[in-house]
Amino acid sequence: MTLRIAVCVKYVPDATGDRRFADDTTTDREGVDGLLSELDEYGVEQALRIAEASGDAEVTVLTVGPDDAKDALRKALSMGADKAVHVNDDDIHGSDVIATSAIVAKALEQVGFDLVVCGMASTDGTMGVLPALLAERLGVPQATLLSEVGVEGTTVKGRRDGDAASEQVEAQLPAVVSVTDQSGEARYPSFKGIMAAKKKPVQSLDLDDLGIDADAVGLAGAWTKVETVTARPPRSKGTIVTDEGEGGKQLAAFLAEQKFI
Amino acid sequence: MTEILVLVDHADGQVRKPALELLTLARRLGTPAAVVLGAGDNAAAIAAKAAEYGAATVHTADAPEFTAQLVVPKVDALTQIAQATEAGAVLVTSSGEGKEIAARVALRLGSGLITDAVDLEAGASGPVATQSVFAASFQVKSTVTHGAPVITVKPNAVAPEPAPAAGTVQAVEVAFTGNAATVTARTPRVSSGRPELTEAAIVVSGGRGVGAAEGFGVVEDLADALGAAVGASRAAVDAGWYPHTNQVGQTGKQVSPQLYIAAGISGAIQHRAGMQTSKTIVAVNKDPEAPIFELVDYGIVGDLFTVLPQLTAQAKG
Amino acid sequence: MTQDFDLFRLSEEHEMLRESVRSLAEAKIAPFAAEVDEQGRFPQEALDALQGNDLHAVHVPEEYGGAGADALATVLVIEEVARVCASSSLIPAVNKLGSLPVQLSGSEELKAKYLGALARGEGMFSYCLSEPEAGSDAAGMKTRAVRDGDFWVLNGVKRWITNAGVSEYYTVMAVTDPELRSRGISAFVVEKADEGVSFGAPEKKLGIKGSPTREVYFDNVRIPADRMIGAEGTGFATAMKTLDHTRVTIAAQAIGIAQGALDYAKGYVKERKQFGKAIAEFQGVQFMLADMAMKLEAARQLTYAAAAKSQRTDGDLTFFGAAAKCFASDVAMEITTDAVQLLGGYGYTRDYPVERMMRDAKITQIYEGTNQVQRIVMARNLP
Repeated sequence: MTLRIAVCVKYVPDATGDRRFADDTTTDREGVDGLLSELDEYGVEQALRIAEASGDAEVTVLTVGPDDAKDALRKALSMGADKAVHVNDDDIHGSDVIATSAIVAKALEQVGFDLVVCGMASTDGTMGVLPALLAERLGVPQATLLSEVGVEGTTVKGRRDGDAASEQVEAQLPAVVSVTDQSGEARYPSFKGIMAAKKKPVQSLDLDDLGIDADAVGLAGAWTKVETVTARPPRSKGTIVTDEGEGGKQLAAFLAEQKFI
Repeated sequence: MTEILVLVDHADGQVRKPALELLTLARRLGTPAAVVLGAGDNAAAIAAKAAEYGAATVHTADAPEFTAQLVVPKVDALTQIAQATEAGAVLVTSSGEGKEIAARVALRLGSGLITDAVDLEAGASGPVATQSVFAASFQVKSTVTHGAPVITVKPNAVAPEPAPAAGTVQAVEVAFTGNAATVTARTPRVSSGRPELTEAAIVVSGGRGVGAAEGFGVVEDLADALGAAVGASRAAVDAGWYPHTNQVGQTGKQVSPQLYIAAGISGAIQHRAGMQTSKTIVAVNKDPEAPIFELVDYGIVGDLFTVLPQLTAQAKG
Repeated sequence: MTQDFDLFRLSEEHEMLRESVRSLAEAKIAPFAAEVDEQGRFPQEALDALQGNDLHAVHVPEEYGGAGADALATVLVIEEVARVCASSSLIPAVNKLGSLPVQLSGSEELKAKYLGALARGEGMFSYCLSEPEAGSDAAGMKTRAVRDGDFWVLNGVKRWITNAGVSEYYTVMAVTDPELRSRGISAFVVEKADEGVSFGAPEKKLGIKGSPTREVYFDNVRIPADRMIGAEGTGFATAMKTLDHTRVTIAAQAIGIAQGALDYAKGYVKERKQFGKAIAEFQGVQFMLADMAMKLEAARQLTYAAAAKSQRTDGDLTFFGAAAKCFASDVAMEITTDAVQLLGGYGYTRDYPVERMMRDAKITQIYEGTNQVQRIVMARNLP
């Protein structure tokens, strides 16, 4: 039986660019270059490694996002994923994570999966809760925040490093996993991979295809509301001194003044 | 007044500091009620501590599932308690697990979810949460418009203040829903004897400028003199000089201590995302052009290997 | 108006390749560039990273197990590696230079064996043409190959051999009939492991210090006759045809180095403050940057055009290859020198990368034919 692996990825504004909000308090994706979220590259990598180890697997990469999000899919395909699904619908704009999880879960059900692989969080929203929400919606176990992951037969196993302990966890497939940036470095697309990506199928789906009511998603369907957005005032310029032998003492004096020592 | 549920994070029989911060914040919103799960024999002591910080009620539940399975048993418990008590809001610490629990609870309750709040206040239509986003370049205030708000709050959002309350313990039976990953082995982290990075009031971090694993000695010495936690930049972690569990930044821990000392850290956006909300920022760096100096309250252009030991000596003296 | 062809720009795939190589180069190669230069050591990290991602010899056709990249894609790989470390860019560049004679003129067996080994990362390929007394006048070479039954026996010395000692495979031009001068030269594949192959001490160079340049000695090296590349007496023609294609890769190196220097200088002038403002705000500095960017872009366009001609083997490739190499390397020398100037005293120190780039740029005006020789080539092949 072919192991069906679905990787969820997100197209995010480049963190080195000038990220900001649009007038409707959503992330401004117009003015900033986007890319495949770095943390999702780890998800793609682990999916590919699991597929390579299994010998009989198919990796589908899935994203929800605007037209440009196809760049993220393209990158994942050039890394080696077999096919892609792009959920794109104007009505999705402004969806919160709860609504997004409903869209992704529906798309996953339609695509079919034995294993869903996610990154640990997106680099823009940084909530890190989508994998848990997907597990909840799909009614499958979650084995999340794994620094090591592998599939043995119909069991996914991995290591979850928490603050207090490092845990070995396992779950029966189908399951949702998320992987951390410690799980193993993501590969770079090779020339062959890039050329091959061009010929791989990318399926487009909209809300109708998924049977989702437009009112349930988007800004209007969100269960949270942004009241205000304020740019953080730039920190006032601090004192900078060059060490001429007394730097440590000068710093101690500053800290004493601030009552830290 | 409505009950504000606080999931009390605990480890080794001790209440972790962020839980006390949540109880302190919960008092702004209503009557705090603590939820203590899987604490075994320590439940009573933990309940007492929660009461000291304002919990009028302490819902406790204990079962092997809480430690044998991932996330779901706590979701089951918290959801069922929230439904039974018709809680006004649910507060959870913003950790990896905390956020996962909160998200699934929100979905089950039909509630809006806000994560990583750095402040909470009562508003006209429920709690108003403040978040710091895009590497702390924006502050966003949000409310939940659907269901009882489920909010995760970052450590150090507020100073914990005792406010003794009844702390009436109510044991709860939880109906477990299963469908969870199982934990087959657990290795506790070796304690460094230093405060937990995300909870510490002071953090001293080292970066590329530290030069080698041994170089972290001066960083640790200063941390110990200040009672601080030790952090590391991604460059230092990638180089293998310090464990990943201590990484501060976008892909590591996000900290907002009272005082953050960056030693030999240039201050790439990746790092700033993890520490920019610190109250006071100090940097020591050889390179006067290092971007970290744009953030600091006080900066020393100099060699960390001379400046840090001198500061350590002063702090001890 | 719609058209069914893309008007004069890189394809999306080429842009993606650039992006991929750039991120690899910045993460895996750039961190070692200064150390590699300072210590004059081989950039093993770069070789590992390039091989690990199948970027070490992208030009090898797919039928021999390679990535099958076109000449323009190969240029992009070399350019992006050179942007962070010129020494490391000699890995993909010289792999092409060394193996192209086999690809152009070798038998199927020879191609399968050696291009396959190169593609699999079993060894790098070097190119042995120059000799102590035969530089620009390559046909004046002394290295001899003498037939002995089913074998050829090689004797002689090759000089300025890039990656000598680290490469496993060497394309060697040797005289098989001294009477015929350039038509009496044949090309062979020699392996490092062949008995009688040895190497001189690494040259102490101004730049590209991470790429070993050594003499290669052939002392009664006995190789099977089927290691000859193409027919007897065609070696010099193969060598020259190879250079038509690979001069474009030197141009790629040059624009990569220049881009690295320009990028660094651009960042620096925005941060460096004098007289109370960033020096980027001074028009004198702006004019310098504008000239640098203009020249670099002109060199890049010429290089990419030459790469396309290399891929199609257009009739005017010889002119374009020489023109691209000559122009891009001259421009790289100017730009890197100006980058040092923009950084002032800091630029002159090894604490900043631009002086390394300036030293590295110099070789692109010299190797694979000095720019004076390129002008001879251009003059004889005017379009």
